[in-house]
Amino acid sequence: MPKGFTFNVFDVDRFATREMYGKVLAQIGQTNRDIVVLTADLMRSNKTGDFAKVCPERFFNFGIAEQNMMAAAAGLAVNGKLPYVSTYAAFASLRCAEQVRTDIAYPKLPVRIVSSHAGLSMGNGGTTHHATEDIAITRSMANMTVIVPADANECAKAVIESITYPGPIYMRLGRGAEPIVYKADYEFKIGKAVTVREGRDVTVIACGIAVMAAIKAARKLEAEGISVRIIDMHTIKPLDTEAILKAARETGAIITVEEHNIIGGLGGAVAETLADAGLGIRFLRLGIPDIYSTIGQPDDLYQRYGLDQDGVFRAIKSVLQKG
Amino acid sequence: MSEITPDVVQRLEDKAVDIRKKIIDLTVVAGGGHIGGALSMTDVVVALYYHVLRYDARNPRWPERDRFILSKGHGALCVCPVLADVGFYPEERMANFNGLDSPFGMHPDMNKIPGIEMSTGSLGHGLSIAVGAAIAGRLDQANWRVYCLLGDGELDEGMVWEAAMSAAHFKLGNLVAIVDRNGLSLDGPTEEIMGLEPLADKWRAFGWNVMEIDGHNMREIVEAFAALPPVTSPRPTCVIAKTVKGKGVSFMEGKAEWHYGGLDDERAAEVCAELERARPVRR
Repeated sequence: MPKGFTFNVFDVDRFATREMYGKVLAQIGQTNRDIVVLTADLMRSNKTGDFAKVCPERFFNFGIAEQNMMAAAAGLAVNGKLPYVSTYAAFASLRCAEQVRTDIAYPKLPVRIVSSHAGLSMGNGGTTHHATEDIAITRSMANMTVIVPADANECAKAVIESITYPGPIYMRLGRGAEPIVYKADYEFKIGKAVTVREGRDVTVIACGIAVMAAIKAARKLEAEGISVRIIDMHTIKPLDTEAILKAARETGAIITVEEHNIIGGLGGAVAETLADAGLGIRFLRLGIPDIYSTIGQPDDLYQRYGLDQDGVFRAIKSVLQKG
Repeated sequence: MSEITPDVVQRLEDKAVDIRKKIIDLTVVAGGGHIGGALSMTDVVVALYYHVLRYDARNPRWPERDRFILSKGHGALCVCPVLADVGFYPEERMANFNGLDSPFGMHPDMNKIPGIEMSTGSLGHGLSIAVGAAIAGRLDQANWRVYCLLGDGELDEGMVWEAAMSAAHFKLGNLVAIVDRNGLSLDGPTEEIMGLEPLADKWRAFGWNVMEIDGHNMREIVEAFAALPPVTSPRPTCVIAKTVKGKGVSFMEGKAEWHYGGLDDERAAEVCAELERARPVRR
């Protein structure tokens, strides 16, 4: 955490990622006068309201008009401002995909799109509000950086690094109540994966809420003498291919876990990396199996699609049986 | 903006002939282009770049410049020769206009063409980008304005009206939208494809100050821009410029099929001769 930052690793235990986002924004906004925050009638939900309280003159609520908001962010960025634009992930990636691509990614403008309620975290909000395509969409846009923080602590670090990081960024956050992965301080750098746990037999590469599920599964497997490496791939693009290839060579089996369609997201990115390198190792993608996710509470949905600790546990066992 | 004397008006009219001829030349170089809309917007663009806008061609990102955003990106065929003529880059740079690796596509790229404020081409985006630029101007308490030129066909896009609503909401009196109301989109008359009228009433209802002018009457054009409310005004202004698609070329005027077209050397020479005949008498 940079000097003067007043949220410590103890505090983050109490915050969901989007709550942390609001608090960090409110703090950095007071020292960096270029920062402007835009939202589409969701300041109470995505916590950008925290920024609005302390920097009201640089906060713009665009109403329920995401396309206009996204293009206006481009207009602000091209005139020297540093926009943080927030809405639900389903809308940020789908409703205004073309504005993101044509007005932000193509001209390479430093707009930070920080979406909330990504993946299945909208739960019984229903399938319209689930975002299981956003990584695939934003990842296929040239110039774009794509970040999926594992918890509030990582969210804070990513937002702080985003102040000076070049080019456009898409960052996806969950709804709340994400378990804390990082209780102690650690080194975070956009584009550099974090090896959360060393292991020899198999590697789980996860992002977002799935990181904690993988950790819990690994602890359980440890009792059975199975050594699981866990990589928090918080940056999907640019991808830390070195960490992937090292894991492939050293553990010989990889499982990816994400709150996203198995097509095009983290799993797709890792598969591409392995195929490009000619590494035909044991491999499994956990995610939404190319269907529209059903309605239910988030935890029930994680269980349904095998994204909780039991699902990851079973996946690891099945992959190792293939060996 | 200098005083609007008869000399000033005639000089601008004269320049408009030059630019229309350059549009024809570039269409030949490119093997085709959005001629109709380029010719309809020419007088407005000439008025802006040779009389209204503040800019420094040697310092394209001069912070105090007025911002011109070409929402109808296919109008690059008109704007690019103007930018060369006023000194943003040498005309020779357009030798390979629209060709492989040329900085100049049919739609302009801000990272490849000096003086282009924003990459545009996908219709409907420009006014929203202009709203963002105008907000930036407000935050910096700047006295520059944002001018955004839209085609009338692109007003079909819902996003334009989101932008219109937000410009009034954020009190962006430093924003000027100009509609090139040539009445034709690619497939035919706008009122047949997707009716826009009563257009001025729509903008007024969205909270805008509206001016309706003849977009080919140079005096009316420059007087409209001279009559803009102060930058600090809370109301954005929409100038609806009634124009003719293909203006200046008899066989193109009012013809939707000349939205895009090509000319061989011989036809281009005839067109340029016709444009030359319309040049105001020199003193």
